Amino acid sequence: MATIPTDELNIIQHFGPHLARMSGERLSTAIEPDRLVKTHCCFCGQQCGIQLKVKGNEVIGFEPWEDFPFNRGMLCPKGVKRYLQGSHPDRLTTALRRDPKAEGGFAPISYADAIAKVASEIQRIQNAYGNDAIAMLSGASLTTEKAYLNGKFARVCLKTPYIDYNGRLCMVSAGAGNKKAFGIDRTTSPWSDMVGTEVVWVAGSNVAECSPITTNYIWQAREQGAKVIVQDPRITPIARTCDLFLPVKPGRDAALFSGVLQLMIENGWIDRQFIENHTNGFEQLADYCKQWTPAKTAEVTGVPERSIRLAAEWWGQAKSSFLFHARGIEHHSVGVQNVLGAINLVLASGRIGKPKSGYGTITGQANGQGGREHGQKCDQLPGLRDIANPEHRKYIASVWKIDEKDLPGPGVDAYELMRKIDAGEIKGLISICFNPMVSLPDNNFVRRALEKLEFYVAIDFFLNDTARYADIVLPGSLQEEDEGVVAQVEGRVIKINKAVDCPGEARQDWRIIQDIAKALNRPHGFTFTSPREIFEELRIASKGGIADYSGITYEKIERQFGVFWPCPSNDYKTGQPVPDHPGTPRLFEPGSYNSIAKGNGPFYFPDGKARFNVSEYRAPVDDISQEYPIFLTTGRVVSQFLSGTQTRRIGPLVDQYPEPRIEIHPRLAEKLGIQDKDWVTAETRRGSITLRAMVVTTIRPDTIFIPYHWAGKKSANQLTVSAQDPISKIPQYKVCGCRVKKADAPPSYEGKLEAQQ
Amino acid sequence: MKPEHLQFFIDPNRCIGCQACVQACTECDTHRGVSMIHLEYIERSRSVQTVPVVCMHCEQPTCAEVCPADAIKRTADGVVQSARKPRCIACGNCVMACPFGVPEVYEDRQLMMKCDMCYDRTSTGKKPMCATVCPSQALFFGTREQIEQLRPMSVPTNRFQFGNQSITTQVNMMLPKDGAHQMLVNVTDAMNDQPKARNVSLPVVSADPFAEVEVAL
Repeated sequence: MATIPTDELNIIQHFGPHLARMSGERLSTAIEPDRLVKTHCCFCGQQCGIQLKVKGNEVIGFEPWEDFPFNRGMLCPKGVKRYLQGSHPDRLTTALRRDPKAEGGFAPISYADAIAKVASEIQRIQNAYGNDAIAMLSGASLTTEKAYLNGKFARVCLKTPYIDYNGRLCMVSAGAGNKKAFGIDRTTSPWSDMVGTEVVWVAGSNVAECSPITTNYIWQAREQGAKVIVQDPRITPIARTCDLFLPVKPGRDAALFSGVLQLMIENGWIDRQFIENHTNGFEQLADYCKQWTPAKTAEVTGVPERSIRLAAEWWGQAKSSFLFHARGIEHHSVGVQNVLGAINLVLASGRIGKPKSGYGTITGQANGQGGREHGQKCDQLPGLRDIANPEHRKYIASVWKIDEKDLPGPGVDAYELMRKIDAGEIKGLISICFNPMVSLPDNNFVRRALEKLEFYVAIDFFLNDTARYADIVLPGSLQEEDEGVVAQVEGRVIKINKAVDCPGEARQDWRIIQDIAKALNRPHGFTFTSPREIFEELRIASKGGIADYSGITYEKIERQFGVFWPCPSNDYKTGQPVPDHPGTPRLFEPGSYNSIAKGNGPFYFPDGKARFNVSEYRAPVDDISQEYPIFLTTGRVVSQFLSGTQTRRIGPLVDQYPEPRIEIHPRLAEKLGIQDKDWVTAETRRGSITLRAMVVTTIRPDTIFIPYHWAGKKSANQLTVSAQDPISKIPQYKVCGCRVKKADAPPSYEGKLEAQQ
Repeated sequence: MKPEHLQFFIDPNRCIGCQACVQACTECDTHRGVSMIHLEYIERSRSVQTVPVVCMHCEQPTCAEVCPADAIKRTADGVVQSARKPRCIACGNCVMACPFGVPEVYEDRQLMMKCDMCYDRTSTGKKPMCATVCPSQALFFGTREQIEQLRPMSVPTNRFQFGNQSITTQVNMMLPKDGAHQMLVNVTDAMNDQPKARNVSLPVVSADPFAEVEVAL
C-alpha cells in the first residue's frame, strides 16, 4: 500500500531534506587529500570534468580539472558544491520498510530481508495479475550501463513492457524531432564549432542557468563577431546582451519558425542546391509556410514584426550558423513540431555538417543523451533500436540469449504509466532516479495514482519526495560511488570514475537490480560482476545500431577525453576491424558513410537525405482564457537541479535561492495590487500555490514564471497540465493558463518548514 | 610570488550571476568556508545584470594607507594581502576607505579579511579559484596576449578615478573598445544617473522589449 506512513513533517524531520555544510575535514586546511579522482559532475548534461578530493572514504572537496577540453576547469555553483552530497546526514545507509509506528514512518531492515520482500511482492503481484502488472521507472542521471541494465531487467527479468524513464520529461521531443528529420538523435557538432560562426540562435534555453558552461562558448562566438539571437519569454542572463531578442509568447514557437522560414523563402535566403541534393519534403513545407506572413506571425507569437524580419535577414544571409534549443521549445504538447520548426530553419540554410555550423539540443540531465539510447525508453532497444522492429528484436534477443517471442513489445510513456496505475492495471512499481511527486505535471494526480499501488519499491540514496510513498526503500549509490559512462551534450561518451565506496548497507544500483533478479530466481543475464562487464555487453548490443558504441572502450575514452558516437568496431563499408576508429565528432559531413544510408548520403535514412517536416502550429492545451488569463511557465534556477533531491540538501546552494518565487512583471503586478515580496497565489484548473512575488521587468507582462525544484505545497507542478505531445509524450510544462492574486493569508507551511523542505 | 605575466581581468558584461565564483572562493585554503567575493545584482527589478567584485590590488592601496596598525601589506608581486592577524585591530578604517568596497571586518574573529587573489594558488602558479571555475569567464586569469586574442571587442584598463583620487590597480577591468574614456574609468561620473559619454558598445537589451505586450485581465 503506497500511502504516506505518517505526517509529512515527521518524515521530513527524520529524513530531510536537511542541509549539509562544510565542516570537519572539509573545512580544515590542514588536511591533505589521499588522492584526486578525475571524473565528471553529477548534475547536468554538460558533464564538466572535475577532480574530487578524497580522504579515506569521504569526498572532502574538489579541484578544477583544467585539462578536460569541454570545460577546462570551469564549473557552475552546483559543480563546485556537489561534493557536499556525500557523507550527508540524510544519506540512506540501510534499507527501509514502511512502518507508521516507526520514527519518521520508516524502520530500518536488513538489505537481504528487503530484497526478499521485494522479490516476494513482485512474484505475488505477477502471479495474481500477470507479468504486466509490474512497472519500472528509471532515469537519465544514471550511467549508460545502468540504463542499459534497467531496460534489459524490465523486459527479461520482470517480463513487463512497462518501463520508461524521466527523460520523458526532458529529451524526448528533441529526440523524436531529430529522428524524423535526420534519422539520428544526437547534437550534430562539438561545441567548439560554435566559435567562429556568424549567427548563434538560442531557442528556449536559459543557457546561463541551466547549462552555464555553454555561456562561454556563445560569448566567445560573439567576441569573434557572431550575432546572438535569443527566443524566450524572459530576459534571461544570456538574453541580456543578445543582439536580437525574440520575446515569444509561451507556446508559439512553431509559428515563429514558420514565419521566419517564409521570409527566407520569399527573399531567396535558402540553399536551393542543398535542399535539392540532400533533403526531401521541402515543397510541402513551403506550401504550409505561405500562410505565415510577418503580420500573422507577429500576431500569434507576440514578437514584433520588425524583429521577425531581422531574424530572417540575419539567419537567412549568414554563411555559418549554430542553432540550439532546449526545454523552452520542447516542453509543449507541440514539442516535436517546435523542434521540427527549428530544424527546418537549419536544413533550409544548408548549414549543417560543416565546420563552424551546427545544430543541437542542450541535454538536461547528466546522461540526457546516453540515457535515451540504450533501451530504458518504453519503445526502445539498445543502440537506438526500435522494440517494434522485427530485425532489431531478433538481434537483441540473440545478444540477451532469449527467445524473441519472450521479449515484450512497446510499453507506454511515464505519465501514461501513472494513468495505468490509477486505472488499476499496474499494481506494483519499482523506481530509481525518478522523483515524480516533484517532477511530473499535475502532481496531485500522481499522488492519487501512487496511493493505489499494492507495492512500491524505491531505490535512492536519499528518501526523495516520492519514496515517502514506498513500501520498501533500497539504499542505492551516489554517482561518485560507481563507475560507468555517460554521453554529454555534444554526444561525447565520457567516463565517470569511482571515488568512494557506498556507506553502510547501500549498494551500487546495478548490484541491487541483479540482487532482485537473483531473489526472483530469474538470474539469467544478470550475473555481471562490474560495470565494465555490462559495458562490454552493451558494446555488442549497440553494434550496428545507430548509437553504435562497439568501438568504444573505457581506455579509448580516457585516452581521447571522450569518444563521440557512432564509433564502430568494424568499418561500415568494408567490415574490417577498425580498433583506432576515433568516433564521430561532427555528423553529416559531405561524403560521410553511415550504417543506414550506406554511402547514399550523409543523413541516416536509406536515401541519405534529410527530411523537412511540416511543423504545424497548434495553440497550447489549456491556453489562456477569460477565466485563466495569464500564462504560467516553469523552469530552473542555476543553484538547484531537477527535483532537488540532491541540491535541496546542499546548504550553500540553498542559500543562493532558498525558496521558489513567482516572477511577475511590474505592469501586471500593479494591476493586481501586488508588490515585491508579497505573498501571491497562482491558480490553474488543477491546483494553486502561494509563494512570494518577485517583481521584475525581465519577463513578459502577460506571463508568470515559477521554478519547479521544490516539493509539496511549494511545487510548481501542482499547477502544470499533463497534456502531452502526441508523438514524444513530453508534458506541456512551459505553458498553461493561470490566474494570480494577492494571497489572502501566508501559506499553511509558513513557519513549519525550512526553505528547502 | 605570483608570476608577473599572469594577470586578473574582470569583464562584468559577461557576468551571469551564477555565483560559481562565490562558492569556489569558500574552498580557498586561506579563508576556507568564507567567500571574499562580492557578487550583486545592480538592480534585479530592472535587469539580470550582476557584477562580481574581487580585490583590485591597488598599487597604492588605500586600505593599507589608512590602517592605523600597519596590518595590510602589499607583497613584491603586487598582491595586497589580507590583514595580518596579530596586527589587525578590526577598526574598520579600511572598510570605510576602500573605494571599491572590498574589505570586510569579521566581528567573530576580530579581523579584516579580503580577497588575496588566492595567494595559496597564484603563488604556486595556479589560477585563482574564482577565475578557474567562472563559466562565463567574466573573471579571467591569464596573460595580456591571451585576453587581447580572446576579447577583440574590449580592452583592459587598470586606472580608475574616484573624485580627486586616481587609482591604478593590478586587476584589470574590461571596457568596450570604442569610446574616448576607455583607458580610465571615472567611477564618480558613472554613479550619476546620466553619466557623461556613456558608450556601451556591446549589445545590451535596453529598450523595453515587452513594450508592446498587453496585459489583459
